[in-house]
Amino acid sequence: MATTTSEETTRPAPLGEELLRVENLEKYFPITRGIIFQKEIAKVRAVDGVSFSVRRGETLGIVGESGCGKSTMARCIMRLLDPTGGKITFDGQDITRIKGNDLMRVRRELMMVFQDPYASLNPRKRVGYIVGEALQVHKQGTPKEIKSRVQELLDVVGLNPEHYNRFPHEFSGGQRQRIGVARALAIRPKMIICDEPVSALDVSVQAQILNLLKRLQRDFDLTYVFIAHDLDVVRHISQRVAVMYLGKVVELGTARDLYEHPKHPYSGALLSAVPIPNPRRARARVPVVLEGDVPSPINPPSACRFHPRCPRFQPGTCDTIEPLLERKEGSDSEVACHFPLETWPMSDLRLPADSTPR
Amino acid sequence: MALLDVRDLRTHFHTEDGIVRAVDGVSFSVEKGKTLAIVGESGSGKSVTCLTIMGLNSGRRIDISGEAIFDGVDLLAIPKDELRRYRGQRISMIFQDPMTSLNPVHTIGRQLREAVQLHADVTKAQANARAVEMLKAVRIPRAETRLDDYPHQFSGGMRQRVMIAMALINNPDLLIADEPTTALDVTTQAQILKLMNELQRDFGSAIILITHDLGVVAETADDVLVMYAAQPAERGGYEDIFYRPHHPYTWGLLRSLPHLATIGEDLKPIPGAPPSLLNPPAGCRFHPRCPYVMDICTTVVPEFALVPGSGDHRAACHLDEETKQREAATILTETLADSA
Repeated sequence: MATTTSEETTRPAPLGEELLRVENLEKYFPITRGIIFQKEIAKVRAVDGVSFSVRRGETLGIVGESGCGKSTMARCIMRLLDPTGGKITFDGQDITRIKGNDLMRVRRELMMVFQDPYASLNPRKRVGYIVGEALQVHKQGTPKEIKSRVQELLDVVGLNPEHYNRFPHEFSGGQRQRIGVARALAIRPKMIICDEPVSALDVSVQAQILNLLKRLQRDFDLTYVFIAHDLDVVRHISQRVAVMYLGKVVELGTARDLYEHPKHPYSGALLSAVPIPNPRRARARVPVVLEGDVPSPINPPSACRFHPRCPRFQPGTCDTIEPLLERKEGSDSEVACHFPLETWPMSDLRLPADSTPR
Repeated sequence: MALLDVRDLRTHFHTEDGIVRAVDGVSFSVEKGKTLAIVGESGSGKSVTCLTIMGLNSGRRIDISGEAIFDGVDLLAIPKDELRRYRGQRISMIFQDPMTSLNPVHTIGRQLREAVQLHADVTKAQANARAVEMLKAVRIPRAETRLDDYPHQFSGGMRQRVMIAMALINNPDLLIADEPTTALDVTTQAQILKLMNELQRDFGSAIILITHDLGVVAETADDVLVMYAAQPAERGGYEDIFYRPHHPYTWGLLRSLPHLATIGEDLKPIPGAPPSLLNPPAGCRFHPRCPYVMDICTTVVPEFALVPGSGDHRAACHLDEETKQREAATILTETLADSA
């Protein structure tokens, strides 16, 4: 089912103008007590002042541990959740508070692919209906036109168009994720937000879906926001990557910069925790193992939220002055840290000379 | 002699649709103090293999055959009562999801004490002391007070530590860990893997690690068993599997991983999906997905043969040795040569 040949290498398309801009986005969930008179006693600061922009044709990767606010942010951009504060501009239009028909119009151009291909497809509906539902909702053609469009879409994502009448349970995990992608493509969106689209899949199938997403981006001029916790996958598919920690972006830069010279100690720790599928290199490196757990977003640490776990913590600075996401001299990436990493210890490790096969 | 020696294990489930051969002729052994990693895609029979050894999926609709010799005793042949004495004491198991494998209505102290008192004649106080000792060993802060907490009061990583503490509380000779870090974040995963490594060093337990993550295998395994469609595809030391792989399925797994050299390129996935175990393909089960398929592959089941000139490196493939060595060398330069 490899749908592209290797000679069609992906070159990043020339990047267009800004398609999505997120400014200072906040999403707080209230914690209430009481049954009738609900009193707010605390807030979960799931997303707390996130800003970034995505240009047309680009893939922005977002990485971070569970609970860092990646998915909440995606749902705010989709307007599945209403942001508490901040501004979201999509294709030149402020979509932070729009409603009704305006929102419908935006949702035609902004689609989402979800993590769990088992939970995100209605088990009682046929594949044809699932993929064509958006076309019906947005009144894009007669039933006959919709059917032929759905079959075309199934073909595009590498499924058999004759499987139009099957139910989701008749498909494997990878095939279901293809259905999810076909559904997102149905109304020709400009941007697709992929929330952990390959996390539930086996590696061999994961590679199929990643290739598919890349091919569709080329063919349909799509822009992706790609959320994942697998750093290798994000590096593979993204031009730029944002690292999130406890509701904030701590580092934002090109994939190359981030992976070769991470600046924020958290990015460094995250990178050094990724298992390397090469035993000699994996066993030779000295990992930076973070102690403890991610603190609660209800009562996050003061100033820099990473300071209680940070190996470069300086009392008096990191716990009192909040570092802002800014460009440091001599670097293209933005980092929110008072004492960013100057060197990246893993970068000079090479494959040992004796590792050729006997 | 190996601590656990599994020979020709078969687990067949009788279902309404027919016989599902979930494990179909698996052999391996685990040495004292070593880690064996079992890798494969979902549905390849990794978990069922271990559940069968532990006697956790016996029933009337299941046929089990083969041998699992643990310290001289065939675990598949002894009565259930006797097996129960092994389980939790000499062999213990960690599951993927710590939330569903801990009892939510009992404190972890009670659950840890139960594990001790079931197998040894000790007082509650002694069991308690042992529980605290183990929680400290897995580095749970304030161990004495946390004994009275319920599972939901712990984070995912902490719960998995409690599971490990419970599994190791009786100093087992063999620990079976079924995807112990799959549900965890990378930083927590690094903590848990480091912890398991240290505990293995201190207590000398053997570990069977079931995983689908080749990165985790590379970090921790001594020996590796690659399973495909209920059968072993390849088995060997970790260097054999990563630097001299001899089976097209192992090549496919290594190639489908994204890494530095694939940036801007397409990945090379294994085409298709794993077969149904109700009706597996004839001959080599991997042949419908194999890019190197020959006529013989569709009819003759390949022997799980020793790789020439190796210690105990086996692979089930009809390809000639020269092609295998050439491909192994190509893959090594393709996938492992990047330095970042």
